[in-house]
Amino acid sequence: MNSIHDMGGMHGYGPIVREEDEPVFHHEWEGKALALARIALAGGHFNLDEFRHVQERMPPAHYLTIRYYERWLEGTVAMLVEKGVITAEEYAARLAELSGEAL
Amino acid sequence: MKSDEDVALRVRALESLLLEKGLVESPAIDEIIDLFENRMGPQNGARVIVRAWSDPDFKARLLANASDAIVEMGYDAVQGEDMVVVENTPVVHNLVVCTLCSCFPWATLGLPPVWYKSAPYRSRAASDPRGVLAEFGTPIADEAEVRVWDSNAELRYMVLPERPAGTNGMSEDELLALVTRDSMIGVTRALEAPAP
Repeated sequence: MNSIHDMGGMHGYGPIVREEDEPVFHHEWEGKALALARIALAGGHFNLDEFRHVQERMPPAHYLTIRYYERWLEGTVAMLVEKGVITAEEYAARLAELSGEAL
Repeated sequence: MKSDEDVALRVRALESLLLEKGLVESPAIDEIIDLFENRMGPQNGARVIVRAWSDPDFKARLLANASDAIVEMGYDAVQGEDMVVVENTPVVHNLVVCTLCSCFPWATLGLPPVWYKSAPYRSRAASDPRGVLAEFGTPIADEAEVRVWDSNAELRYMVLPERPAGTNGMSEDELLALVTRDSMIGVTRALEAPAP
């Protein structure tokens, strides 16, 4: 299936932007998002192909505007919800709870 | 774009739920972050390259079956992927990309840099490799062939850069300093030997 992730040959994305001495993770949450995804994968809740596919199914405009490890986070949440490991409601509730704390 | 605080909060929400359900333990999270930040990375790939430069039998094994040769060096595939190592020569230049996402030889190079995962590199590496190489300051002679390798989840590529001239008497540590991550992706060559 041709979708936004299949970028080979597309035009118009501009120059390649590089960073000298780039850190492995730019923010603590990036490493954590990767770790949670790897643990969920290792737990057998979903497999690597499903994890890739859930990201490839994202609406193109969304795929293009979120950051790399944000995609991992959203992919992990979506997979765990689809597989019934967590519910969207309890995730939203936990997020609201933590947001309250953060205010 | 959402702020880092917003994304960090969403990561925390997922972490907190999974901890509560007993599906994740904090030490495992720390262990994974430490592995990717400190133990994996291009320093491992550089050791493979320097050995191939100095040991013709190892080089032959590496080009024939990279997965086994890399495991022989003590670097295990993290995602169960197979590895292929492609050799640069004066007439062939190899370039690695993952047009579909971000597949990368984790065992030898660690996690990919942001530019490797970015739309500009993914979209142009295969359609205009010479242009991309020029952007990286790596002009390729017209008569040389450029080969582009599009990685996938099961198969990951690494480039064996050419050994720079004038490096015959160099120690292993001196050689390791010449092998950059970018040279093993193929966007640049290995660094030149410092002037004597």
